[in-house]
Amino acid sequence: MRLLNRSAGRLSRHRRGPIAGLLVLALGLLLTGGLYAAFAPAQADSSQSQDELVKEGRELFLVGCAFCHGQNGEGVLTQGGTQYGPALTDVGSAAVDFQVGTGRMPMAQPGVQAPRKEVVYNKEEIAALAAYVASLGTGPSVPDTELYDTDRPGDLNGDGKEDSEDKELLVTRGSDIFLANCTACHNFEGSGGAMPRGGFAPKIRGVDSKHIYEAMLTGPQSMDTFSDGNIPPEDKKAVIAYLETLDKAPSYSGLTLGGLGPVSEGIIAWLFGIGVLVGFAVWIAAHTTRSSKKKDEAAA
Amino acid sequence: MTAGDMSKVATTNGTTPATDAKGAKAAGAIANWADERLGLGTAMKKNLRKVFPDHWSFMLGEIALWSFVVLLLTGVFLTLWFDPSMSEVQYNGAYDPLRGKHVSSAFASTMDISFDVRGGLLMRQMHHWAAMIFIASMMIHMMRVYFTGAFRKPRELNWVIGCLLLLLGTIEGFTGYSLPDDLLSGTGVRAADGFMKASPVVGSYMSFFLFGGEFPGESIIPRFYVMHILLIPGILLALVAAHMLLLVYHKHTQWAGPGRTEENVVGYPMLPVYAAKAGGFFFIVFGVITLMGGLFSLNPVWKFGPYDPSKVTAGSQPDWYMGWPDGLLRIIPAWETHIFGITLSWNVMLPILVMPPLMLMILMALPFIEAWITGDKREHHLLQRPRNAPTRTAIMVALMTFYGLSWAAGGNDIIAIKMHLSINEITYFMRGAVFIGPVIAFIIARRWCISLQRHDEGKLLHGIESGVLVRSPEGAYAEKHVPLPVSEAYTLSARDDDPTPETVEEIEASGLAGRKVRLRKLRAKLQALFFADNIQKPTAEELHDAQHHAEHELHELESQIAAGPNRHGPTEH
Repeated sequence: MRLLNRSAGRLSRHRRGPIAGLLVLALGLLLTGGLYAAFAPAQADSSQSQDELVKEGRELFLVGCAFCHGQNGEGVLTQGGTQYGPALTDVGSAAVDFQVGTGRMPMAQPGVQAPRKEVVYNKEEIAALAAYVASLGTGPSVPDTELYDTDRPGDLNGDGKEDSEDKELLVTRGSDIFLANCTACHNFEGSGGAMPRGGFAPKIRGVDSKHIYEAMLTGPQSMDTFSDGNIPPEDKKAVIAYLETLDKAPSYSGLTLGGLGPVSEGIIAWLFGIGVLVGFAVWIAAHTTRSSKKKDEAAA
Repeated sequence: MTAGDMSKVATTNGTTPATDAKGAKAAGAIANWADERLGLGTAMKKNLRKVFPDHWSFMLGEIALWSFVVLLLTGVFLTLWFDPSMSEVQYNGAYDPLRGKHVSSAFASTMDISFDVRGGLLMRQMHHWAAMIFIASMMIHMMRVYFTGAFRKPRELNWVIGCLLLLLGTIEGFTGYSLPDDLLSGTGVRAADGFMKASPVVGSYMSFFLFGGEFPGESIIPRFYVMHILLIPGILLALVAAHMLLLVYHKHTQWAGPGRTEENVVGYPMLPVYAAKAGGFFFIVFGVITLMGGLFSLNPVWKFGPYDPSKVTAGSQPDWYMGWPDGLLRIIPAWETHIFGITLSWNVMLPILVMPPLMLMILMALPFIEAWITGDKREHHLLQRPRNAPTRTAIMVALMTFYGLSWAAGGNDIIAIKMHLSINEITYFMRGAVFIGPVIAFIIARRWCISLQRHDEGKLLHGIESGVLVRSPEGAYAEKHVPLPVSEAYTLSARDDDPTPETVEEIEASGLAGRKVRLRKLRAKLQALFFADNIQKPTAEELHDAQHHAEHELHELESQIAAGPNRHGPTEH
């Protein structure tokens, strides 16, 4: 105690010193600033850099996207009056995150549909591009993780806890929604299907949950938009859960042959089934009754 | 003497009287007992020695027979668990993602077979693979019979039975495909409902009759089940029996060759050789189908989910044998006629209700049409090589091309996504190709056959290349030919000459009048077209001259070798 008193007393000696006021002021400012930085809501921080992000995004946009989408994302028309690159004024950041995040944009060449390919931009650049495009107008933003985190199914059976039973319910619901809304184009196990005039519904197995969510939300390329009013967020999560289950499930029935349905099955029936059996027929007919070939040659 | 015959050898040590081996005595007693009551001896005596000629293409029908046996065996297994009812139940089986769903009993029991019955999934897949192979092997067997002319008299009726088997196999396959009541099979049944409703006037009545009301109703699966396990297999079995009885009655056809005539069959007897070969082949077919059932996924119903008329999946196709009408349906333009308040859907009627029966009718009529054109009323037991009937071969190749193109059109969506093509352009291409393709194929196949005939003629008249190059005194090089071995020459020339068509004068001189003359003129014209440009086998004189020439050449060669400055040849080494 004495020790403390002594040191406090020693400190107290300077309380009327010439720099004491200044020092306390500096300390106070440092403390409030530090505390504010530690406890302030995150957006306060990013709000400052949001402008920078948009600015950075605009620079990237002008180099990589503006040629087709216009300097201000207003879209470019061809001489024939058709879309060269559509307007991006109201697509939102989710669309950018999907298109650029799956490598569909920037396109390698004009075409009916942008195929999935290697991703060109890194995470930060994609975020910047998304921020810039989002700043052009309205549109859905990149979904929060909890929207597509299927390990948090929510208390679906109403027993007060969130457990594996809820996950099962989520998957079952997902299969219903998937079969009703997705299979018509994407095929029964998400292997993809054909769309008119060279378009296609891509394979959707092994795709990031976030990207599946964004695809439903924004309806990229030939796809319909499944707004939250159409398929609510819980149901979007259910679809993702079902697709994850398909990915994780073992192939109960053997090689899936591309999961394309009866066409690949027919090819196997002819090429493998008939091929092997005719091969055996040739083999059987080529063998005479003799067990050793030598005798046969001797007889010939 | 083979080991099997050792039982017939009497045992004796030289001091006791010879006696039969014990086992043989017992077997003989049983055989005698049965023979006295069933008269098997006389029947077996002949048929156990039934001769089968050796050629791989004669075993294609066996693939069909044995896969049919596999179908019967696995089918019986499946009936023990399958519940052909459309009543709604809650699925509570082992497959998590569908648990708790309200599905039909048919679907639930298919799921149980797949996930809860031991070996059930293997049996289901084997049954389905066997069905695919059954129909495929019937088709390749049929092509073999056609290309070799084995359908000619006296086997025309067996050809017709074969065509009916193909039809029944297809219907059997379709009803089986529809039973699990999953999304794929339900879509198929929905399509069938639409096809029926496309028939003018009676369409909706037929549909209501089959479905017991509006689609889907509650009756279609039980009804298909009865057809699938009772009605059609019964007819199939009867027709298979008839097909094989006729096979025994007609005896087997064979390829031409030394010692082979229209009156005999050269080959191996049923016992012991062909019983072993065919029996072994059964196990091979069974094994291959089991392997496929274990290795390759087929109709994974758990992924398709239960049928619901509001749902559909990309890649909804029928099994392969229904693929070609489906392809025609996919490529036909949207032709419809509206008349008297009725819609005639040509776009459905033509590809589905007209084309398949038409193709079947053409197929069944082929032997009769050909016999009428060629005027050939003789029996044929020696086969023809495809090249020696160029027009016939070309007709089947044209039909196959039409079939194949229509078939490919049935997978237009898969072709589009796998080859990065536009489904529309595939459709436009196919619309032309199904007409042009068969014509091109016909011409190519026919000319190809004639070229091969020419090649055969060359071999007969000029021999085969010897590999011996000779330099003449003038410095020219030529390869010497040696005559074909006699047996080969016999085989090549063992064929009939094509008949010469009647001329118009001959027909008119016959004194007939009216329709009969017109018919005969038509026939003569068709016959001329049928045999046009065929190469006939060399005449006896031509062959004689050729032989003479060959001998002369051989002498020349020998003298050249003997006299030549560079003496080298076999004698030098």
